[in-house]
Amino acid sequence: MFTRISTSAAVLALMAGSALAQQTDITIGMVLEPPNLDPTGGAAAAIDEVVYANVFEGLTRYTQDGSIAPALAQSWEVSEDGTVYTFMLRDGVSFHDGSAMTAEDVVFTLDRARAEDSTNAQKALFAGIETVEAVDDSTVRVTLSGPDGAFPVKMAWGDAVIVAPESAETNATNPVGTGPFRFSDWVQGDRVELVRNDDYWGEPAALTEATFKFIADPTAAFAAMMAEDVDAFPNFPAPETMAQFETDARFKLILGSTEGETILSMNNKTDTLSDIRVRQAISHAINRQDIIDGAMFGFGTPIGTHFAPHHPDYVDLTGQSAYDPERAVQLLEEAGASDLTLSLKLPPPTYARRGGEIIAAQLREVGIDTEIENLEWAQWLETVFRGKDFDLTIVSHTEPLDINIYARPEYYFQYDNPEFQALMADIEAETDAAARSEMYRQAQRTIADDYVNGYLFQLAKTGVANARIEGMWENAPTQANDLTGVRWTE
Amino acid sequence: MRWPLSLIVGLALSGVFAAAALVSFVWTPWPVEGISVASRLQTPSLSHWLGTDHLGRDILSMIMVGARTSIAVAVVAVGVGMVLGVPLGLLAAAVRGSWLDDLVMRGNDLIFAFPSLVIAILITAVFGPSAVNAILAIGIFNTPVFARVTRGAALSLWTLDYVRAARVAGKGRARISAEHVLPNIANLLIVQGTIQFSLGILAEAALSYVGLGAQPPLPSWGRMLADSQTMISFAPHLAVFPGLAIVLTVLGLNLMGDGLRDLLDPRLRRAR
Repeated sequence: MFTRISTSAAVLALMAGSALAQQTDITIGMVLEPPNLDPTGGAAAAIDEVVYANVFEGLTRYTQDGSIAPALAQSWEVSEDGTVYTFMLRDGVSFHDGSAMTAEDVVFTLDRARAEDSTNAQKALFAGIETVEAVDDSTVRVTLSGPDGAFPVKMAWGDAVIVAPESAETNATNPVGTGPFRFSDWVQGDRVELVRNDDYWGEPAALTEATFKFIADPTAAFAAMMAEDVDAFPNFPAPETMAQFETDARFKLILGSTEGETILSMNNKTDTLSDIRVRQAISHAINRQDIIDGAMFGFGTPIGTHFAPHHPDYVDLTGQSAYDPERAVQLLEEAGASDLTLSLKLPPPTYARRGGEIIAAQLREVGIDTEIENLEWAQWLETVFRGKDFDLTIVSHTEPLDINIYARPEYYFQYDNPEFQALMADIEAETDAAARSEMYRQAQRTIADDYVNGYLFQLAKTGVANARIEGMWENAPTQANDLTGVRWTE
Repeated sequence: MRWPLSLIVGLALSGVFAAAALVSFVWTPWPVEGISVASRLQTPSLSHWLGTDHLGRDILSMIMVGARTSIAVAVVAVGVGMVLGVPLGLLAAAVRGSWLDDLVMRGNDLIFAFPSLVIAILITAVFGPSAVNAILAIGIFNTPVFARVTRGAALSLWTLDYVRAARVAGKGRARISAEHVLPNIANLLIVQGTIQFSLGILAEAALSYVGLGAQPPLPSWGRMLADSQTMISFAPHLAVFPGLAIVLTVLGLNLMGDGLRDLLDPRLRRAR
């Protein structure tokens, strides 16, 4: 009897031991370090990649498949005419500093984001809001200036997360949200640490600690994965190493698609590129498959317009700008643009640097010379994005459903088409889903017809993780590393 | 007189790369800018002697044209260093002990005090990355080296009898420096120049490795290394061949420098 008790005690002890041995901390690798940690005050994708769904939550949220789910609002109602949204907030939600999340916080957040002096990077999300009022502690009524069927989607963006008035100013360095993880430490230039929020309103996270480590250099990133210093790298910077991770039993690949339309942006306002024939010639000179194979080692889907191929409204227009060097030469002749030399300014990612070399070679084939200039991100933002001092550049536009950037004539590629701008305004106002879909298709055709940019490929998500990790996002419907459902298995 | 072995080996090695660079002006096995994704990452074969890189470019062709870049940058950089440094050194020696001597030599110390690569990065960061700026950066760092070597050697000449005789004969300091001092330290400068040349090639490789040297599509050895480092585990030939090119060229130039010193230094000649 005694022996049996002690045996079962030993078994229990062993079981407890194995439960304790279960790893509950994770280190996630990221290429870029966020400039700050306030998603409502910065455009950098790296901010959301750390805090979205982990530290901060919005009224609604993106899920892995790109659909919208309730978050801090457990449900919402739309008025008949589509202009009044009433959000029913979840009860018992508190911020990490202990204060309760109420309707007042939602009103504060939305008013702050749409204010005149707001530093929100996506003010357009809030532009349609007329008034925001707290009906009671857990009900918020948002009145829009016109019907907007996509309003719940807009509220799922990282830029629309709910913040508290007491901590809004200091969120950049000490983010206080409602999410399943609390901010713990930020060692600048190295890592951000989060710990589990034990007072979380929903199902608590399986992980107790999460560290985001910033490793910009692909070789160093590879070494860190191989040494298991980093447990997962959701956007691994070197697609050529995927094959090697695949053959290693310690790792698994996380392959999916992102919202990143990778394009050869053209400055539509320069003397030569304002001629549609020149832009069309450049589009025909590009061999997309060569770029996908050569620069991304096969990861990526060709696109012919600025729209994600996995979106239901996507129209495949790749044929319209198919690889046709002879047509390109002919178009250049028609335009009288011989002996062209264009600047090609490249930001650091692999798709740009390697893709740029391939595009330079392809353009040379049709008689266009390029002057490649490799830029760091800060320089690129300064000279290309803000300064508009470029002819060509390659960049991946990673915001979801961002075709509306073509309605902004001051945007860096400077496409100015009043018809398109009117179409975008109509889409905003349209509440009928089928009509919206048709308008999105029209928008895709318009920019493809105008050969605004050279459309290359949809950026793939090439991630790698320890084989024992479960629950990482395969696709990136928004820029995020949602750790809510991530756990270690035996 | 017999040539030292190191000189022969050094000359042969450097000669191979100099010849490759020269030949590349008129002929390369494949067009160096010819990207052909379909034939990427090929291992060495009869058609591509050193294989192809990740964009299907012929590595041998790239190394040949890369030799051109390296040599051009190093030659001009050493030239800049000599043209600026040697007159400064002669001047300092001629006016030894004066404030001008101090000014020149402390100025040298100032440049010496900075790690050369850091300053090179600063220059290219300010003026933008390009082969020209790399030349400028490396050239500036060669200047104090030549100034110091020149001054040291010239000082010992100024105490010799024939220089004093020239002074008595009424020749000015400038003329003595040009007619009597410079020809007698030329050997030394050639040796130093060879060594600086090899350092220049290394510096160019280092700068283009970090992306501050010659810009694509112009091939350069340093950038070939940088581009290949994530593929080294499955395509080692991408890194091995440009790496070997750098090692062999620098080794050749150093051996050549050693050999030249053995050949030209009168003291060593007497000892043998």
